[in-house]
Amino acid sequence: MNSFHRSRALWAALLAVVLAMVVAACGDTKDDTETNASGGGAAATTSGGEAANPDGEYRSGLTAIVMPKQLGNPYEELEDSGTVEAFEELGGKATIEGPTDAGASSQVPLLQSAIQKQPDAIILAANDPNAVAPVLKQAMARDIRVVTQDSDAASDARQVFINQATTEGIGEVLARMAKQVVPGGRGEIAVLSATANATNQNAWIRVLRERLQTPEYADLRLVKVAYGDDDDQKSFQETQGLLSAYPNLRAIVAPTTVGIAAAARYLSSSPKKGRVAVTGLGTPNQMRKFVKDGTSPVFALWNPKDVGYLGGYAAAALASGIITGAEGETFRAGRLGERTIEANGEIVLGPPTEFTRENIDDFDF
Amino acid sequence: MSTADVAIDRTAQGERARRLTEMVFRMRELGIVMALLLLIAVTAILEPRFIEFDSLKDLARNASIIAIIAAGQTMVILTRNIDLSVGSVLGLTAFFCGDLLSNHNTPIVVAIVLCVLMGAACGVVNGVLTTFGRVPALVVTLGTMYVFRGIAFVYTDGRQINAETLPDSFLNIGTGTVAGIPTIFLIAFVVVLIVGLYLANYRSGRELYAIGSNDAAAKLAGIRVDRRVVAAFVACGALAGLGGALYAARFGTVDATAGTGYELTVISAAVVGGVAITGGVGSVYGAAIGAVLLGCITSSLIVLRIDSFWQQAAVGALLIAAIAFDRLVGLRLDAALRQRSARRA
Repeated sequence: MNSFHRSRALWAALLAVVLAMVVAACGDTKDDTETNASGGGAAATTSGGEAANPDGEYRSGLTAIVMPKQLGNPYEELEDSGTVEAFEELGGKATIEGPTDAGASSQVPLLQSAIQKQPDAIILAANDPNAVAPVLKQAMARDIRVVTQDSDAASDARQVFINQATTEGIGEVLARMAKQVVPGGRGEIAVLSATANATNQNAWIRVLRERLQTPEYADLRLVKVAYGDDDDQKSFQETQGLLSAYPNLRAIVAPTTVGIAAAARYLSSSPKKGRVAVTGLGTPNQMRKFVKDGTSPVFALWNPKDVGYLGGYAAAALASGIITGAEGETFRAGRLGERTIEANGEIVLGPPTEFTRENIDDFDF
Repeated sequence: MSTADVAIDRTAQGERARRLTEMVFRMRELGIVMALLLLIAVTAILEPRFIEFDSLKDLARNASIIAIIAAGQTMVILTRNIDLSVGSVLGLTAFFCGDLLSNHNTPIVVAIVLCVLMGAACGVVNGVLTTFGRVPALVVTLGTMYVFRGIAFVYTDGRQINAETLPDSFLNIGTGTVAGIPTIFLIAFVVVLIVGLYLANYRSGRELYAIGSNDAAAKLAGIRVDRRVVAAFVACGALAGLGGALYAARFGTVDATAGTGYELTVISAAVVGGVAITGGVGSVYGAAIGAVLLGCITSSLIVLRIDSFWQQAAVGALLIAAIAFDRLVGLRLDAALRQRSARRA
């Protein structure tokens, strides 16, 4: 009898959980459509009107809300600390608010409540270009300046996008580093990526493939693109798999910080260390040990703090009327110097920094 | 028929019944061992490097952490409860361990013990809420899964532990070997053996099975059900804490999201290994082999260069097969026992 009740309670609980999830999911879609309906005409009202005043001063006392893709992600936290730093330098205040998961719609409710607070600017790394677009348009309609950094939203839903590096630039660096770590620039290489549908990674890998077609890289052969899903265990297993499935492999190129650390960590204690090199995109702190022990002779990354710092200055310049987000406008971005807005409202941070045994101790992030 | 004959007949019958149930239990583990051997054999034929010594060491290492947590999870599932918070406990303790070793110069053994204690404390919360709060464990641990993860977010504050700041002797636990056998595997082996012996031979261990089979009867038989269930949760939390420390040793990189989704892998390992989700049936050995099997599936698909999208489908199919097999065996056993008691009457 009791066990019957127990199992019925269990089922009821399970049902409740499922119901809650369904309701939550419905709630989300409803929010999306609502904002969609009301946000449609917003973009038109913001983009026109005011003119840029390149000689203007930064206003002090500006407020901003910084939103990462996900809280707790060290890379994102670093980026946001740059934005906060920029606002502090200008006598303003930026506060960090963000979701605990990187789901497509997780930022939407937070953005809605951010608009209620009526800050001067919102700076975010979008989890999904379209899911956040309606609510960002709503923000712009209320005179809040919108800057995206690291990961863009639909281009009519923000004024400026801070691009950490161009897709071409990163693909190029990946190809060059792969050639550099393979002795004689000749041999098999494999890519260890994040998830199979990660937009950034796929774009970089596409450029890498294009470069490998050119005569300069004719001796490098890409044998496999593996996906570690930005999960340590999975990335470990994929690395093991690559090493045993491709005995002639000479390099693993991992354009993701989780993947490169996992590949380097696995290789550093493997008999194949020294024969197979790891390169790609990673942070100096996670890779320092492996650069020094020779597992990864070189890797690259832009400075995430600078991405956020530039985003902070761009947002402040927008809010101070120094720029409007149109192509060709310039503004002074603190220690990063004068910056120009390129086509489509993009500002490119610059080529990624390459880290080797010689310079890695100059960086701490 | 003399009374002696009847007595002999009774014993023979009891003997047969015991042999039958024993066989069934063996069959559960045997089935999964067969599946594992088949998988390894097929993969090895197609790609001989799969069974090279180095590759086997990796397979053992990959399964170790899951096997340890699955041992704890098994104790909880046996009592017809479930612990969804193990992934979050792992994340919390993995960072705690890394923090102690990188920033506070704690001796390695002390750090690991503290992780186990922290995991046990999480288990106390789960156990007390479940038993004394009379709330289903599914809901309690779903809640604490988020709570513990939230605490991990607050505690890590966006920081990351890197291999560079961890002592080499600690990292060696995750990657090194003792007499050629991976250290982490030896730890898992000992843990599983201890839990297995405890469940099989100790009164309080056997009582977990009794509670899961019929908790009302267990209570009437004088078993202190609440106390046992809390103890199972504490053991599960403690082992998740140990798993967290080993996670830090193995991967070297830890942030707030470490171990996300591990709870489902661990439960899958236990279920595939023949631990009935409805409680009262199964063994830690089965769960541990389940962990090895799940790890082997992933690795073999990678080695065979099969698209990783198939991996989840394969694991899902295996889960359903395990449950179907379980049900089939259960029905057979029921029928056999019913027949016997009918004959006896």
